[in-house]
Amino acid sequence: MTAPAVGVKMTKRMSNTIWGSVAWIAAIIFVFPVLWMALTSFKQENAAATNPPTWFFEPTLAQYGQVFDRNITPFLLNSLMASVFSTLLVVVLATPAAYALSLRPVAKWSDSLFFFISTKMMPVVAAFLPVYLLVKHLGLLDNIWTMVLLYTSMNLPLAVWMMRSFLLEVPREVLEAGEVDGAGLLTSIRKIILPIVSPGLAATALICFIFSWNEFFLALNLTATNASTAPIFLVGFISSEGAFLARLCAAATLLSLPVLIAGWLAQNKLVRGLSMGAVK
Amino acid sequence: MTTLVARPDERTQPPVRPTKGGAKDRWIRRAPLLPALIFAIVITQVPFLYTLYLSTLSWNALRPGDKPFVGFDNYVTVLSDTRLRSALFNTVLLTAGAVVFSMILGLLLALLLDRQFFGRGVVRTLLITPFLIMPIAAALLWKHAIFNPTYGLINGLFGGSTDWVSSYPKGAVIATMVWQWTPFMMLILLAGLQSQSNDVIEAARVDGANAWQIFRRMTLPHLRQYLELGALLGSIYLVNTFDAIFSITQGGPGTATTNLPYEIYLTMFRKFEYGEASAAGVIVVILTIGVATFALRVISSLFKMEENR
Repeated sequence: MTAPAVGVKMTKRMSNTIWGSVAWIAAIIFVFPVLWMALTSFKQENAAATNPPTWFFEPTLAQYGQVFDRNITPFLLNSLMASVFSTLLVVVLATPAAYALSLRPVAKWSDSLFFFISTKMMPVVAAFLPVYLLVKHLGLLDNIWTMVLLYTSMNLPLAVWMMRSFLLEVPREVLEAGEVDGAGLLTSIRKIILPIVSPGLAATALICFIFSWNEFFLALNLTATNASTAPIFLVGFISSEGAFLARLCAAATLLSLPVLIAGWLAQNKLVRGLSMGAVK
Repeated sequence: MTTLVARPDERTQPPVRPTKGGAKDRWIRRAPLLPALIFAIVITQVPFLYTLYLSTLSWNALRPGDKPFVGFDNYVTVLSDTRLRSALFNTVLLTAGAVVFSMILGLLLALLLDRQFFGRGVVRTLLITPFLIMPIAAALLWKHAIFNPTYGLINGLFGGSTDWVSSYPKGAVIATMVWQWTPFMMLILLAGLQSQSNDVIEAARVDGANAWQIFRRMTLPHLRQYLELGALLGSIYLVNTFDAIFSITQGGPGTATTNLPYEIYLTMFRKFEYGEASAAGVIVVILTIGVATFALRVISSLFKMEENR
């Protein structure tokens, strides 16, 4: 290797180290509010709301105890039910639809595809009143199954687009070869399609779970006491307390945790899901 | 606007076979699609049509039994209402502010992450974390733990006693949204950067192009469709912002941060003016379609001008 080439390599390594450090600093700044939230959740109230901020303290789980004392469990169960059942329903509806829009496409498949995405572009508030009136008329206010249905419709376009992009990765030739060999539809789904798309299916489910778990507007307006979900717990929590910062942080940390874990697990597919399959 | 969403996808998409066969075969093909399609139509389109109908009624829920047909009166009321106009202005400002700043930050972070360095996977995981925090939790965290004048983190670290939320209500809301949405932009732009061919860049470098020229002439044009996509999707999600407004400012002070979703919420559940709320909802839908189409044309033409220079 010639001397200049070594020099170029050295400066390249140097610049990577420098920019790497900048990236680390940026990452720590970005994640700092989350760290601060987690840190504060282990403080006593009198150490939480201080100026200057308290950095060293004796960690306590008292705030988490308080959160459970205030009966967070039903809210967690409601959120879990709404998120899990709507995610299941979304997957059951979206996967066959995506199949009919990709591998064995119907006529005018692109119209259907764009119809799905156009429902996502419509702001929720715009069509909310009739939904509210209907739900009220049917006596389904404050009912968790109402939330399941609405979250399903909220996530359906996303899931159809996402699943379609995963299904398009199934090689046509393999499918056709299977058909020639006499494999029925069920066999080709089980032996060919499912093994290829199952990571995509998991990522789709995780993203639908995240959006349902975090949803606030519909939950705020359609639930009261029986079916309230976790985000509603946070809001109710804040208005009734005086010194509440540490407890708020404990509740916020606890409620963000499932999504944090789901998101970290799905992070390689996150961008694809959020861009509805447009970006790989 | 829809073509953009499909564009990156279409390149890899295999050609679609035309539908052959008789009516029976067509129905067999359609069968898997129908449940999802019918579900989506029933839950999203039918309510919207009903919103159109409601928007022609004079209906206040506090006056039961009395809801006469008034034609376009609600639209006139809503459009001449200064509250709605300021809500419209705020929506545009908050959405555009959040999208632009998160895009710039996202681009910078994506450029950093596109390099090789120690712990890159960890840095990426840390950077996407804000996006995964429950939005209402993030909003409450910023309001109480960060912006609070007496014990908030900003004043705690840098001194002073600024009440950030009441002094800069729009800035406070935008900052919270930018913090949450920068990771999203970063991920999309990073995917764009990583789809760029290394050979071409290497060739340009050998030909004596400096880093800025490469970025300006090659990377940026390549990123164009990813920037468009990020702006489009970011706007679609952020136009609906409700959590942050509801918990940080309650639309205030005055109407300084009342955006359209929050204004419609107030019309519906505080004033019980169902007819007016419906009319406002219809206007929002028309605007969303209009703004998205228009913004996209502007962006594309801007980039075309740059390219032709």
